[in-house]
Amino acid sequence: MILRILGEGQFEIADHTVEALNGLDNDLLAAVESGDDAGFHRILAELLALVREVGVPVPDDHLGPSGLVLPGADSTLEEVRALLGDEGLIPG
Amino acid sequence: MGVMKRMSLIFNAKANKVLDRAEDPRETLDYSYTKQLELLQKVRRGVADVATSRKRLELQATQLQQQADKYDGQARAALAQGREDLAREALTRKSALTQQIADLQTQHAQLLAEEEKLTQASQRLQAKVDAFRTKKETIKATYTAAEAQTKIGEAFSGISEEMGDVGLAIQRAEDKTQSMQARAGAIDELVASGALNDPTGSPSDDIQLELDRMSSTSDVEAQLAALKGEIASAPAPAAIEGAPAAAPAAAAASPAEAKQPEETA
Repeated sequence: MILRILGEGQFEIADHTVEALNGLDNDLLAAVESGDDAGFHRILAELLALVREVGVPVPDDHLGPSGLVLPGADSTLEEVRALLGDEGLIPG
Repeated sequence: MGVMKRMSLIFNAKANKVLDRAEDPRETLDYSYTKQLELLQKVRRGVADVATSRKRLELQATQLQQQADKYDGQARAALAQGREDLAREALTRKSALTQQIADLQTQHAQLLAEEEKLTQASQRLQAKVDAFRTKKETIKATYTAAEAQTKIGEAFSGISEEMGDVGLAIQRAEDKTQSMQARAGAIDELVASGALNDPTGSPSDDIQLELDRMSSTSDVEAQLAALKGEIASAPAPAAIEGAPAAAPAAAAASPAEAKQPEETA
């Protein structure tokens, strides 16, 4: 499965590792919804580190959508909330 | 559904909306390609803008550092002359500047990271745009409209997602450079108003004036003392010798003066 980290590019992730990501991902969503800023940054950093560790970068000239998308490392909770809440925020 | 899946759906929905609008999906290929080239231009401009802001910050940091060094020198000069109050004032100002310099350095690091990210985004987008161009020609040449629909989907979603991502990166970079430009403008105004002295200009701040006054005062005193010394040690006859020498000259001048009225008459 292909996963994109916004601002960083796409990674190929083996299906069995997606399971591990999902647990953290649910925690991340909980942090976004409860407005837990410290938790949000901690979980996001953990999630991104895991993706970079187990993921294989997809070549730049690959043309395909990502099944999963994660915010970039320096994203704020507000930005992610806006992205999730309003698709009009994505330009282009 | 977590964050990862939701965000992916949002990006895909965006791409599908554009595809659905077109009667013949092949039309969207050319339209999208034009948009991609526009976006590439925009990213390159973005990189240039961030670089300009970064250079401006560097220049300001240098100016502030020179000013801080100057305050440091003033503090030393003031202490050497026993003026602890002045030295304290100079050091207080220096520490305020040091804080500003630290802030500028933090912002500089942020801009540098932003520049790096945009440069990489630009390279990724370029690679995808090139791949898209090749693919779109193949699709247009080989497939019927109906077949194209499915073939185009993947290529189009891929490039559309990349464009969305890059578009977000540009927005962020613009926001950051704008807030920094506002701040940089405020510092420029400070420098221009003379609150932060031009390091190449003449010293005109009040600490420098006080130091100058003190050093010129002591200089005057020193010269005065030297003069007094010279006068006190000068031989007395020298002054008396001058008087008789002046008298004949005055006497010689008076006949000529006496003659003049006759010539004009």
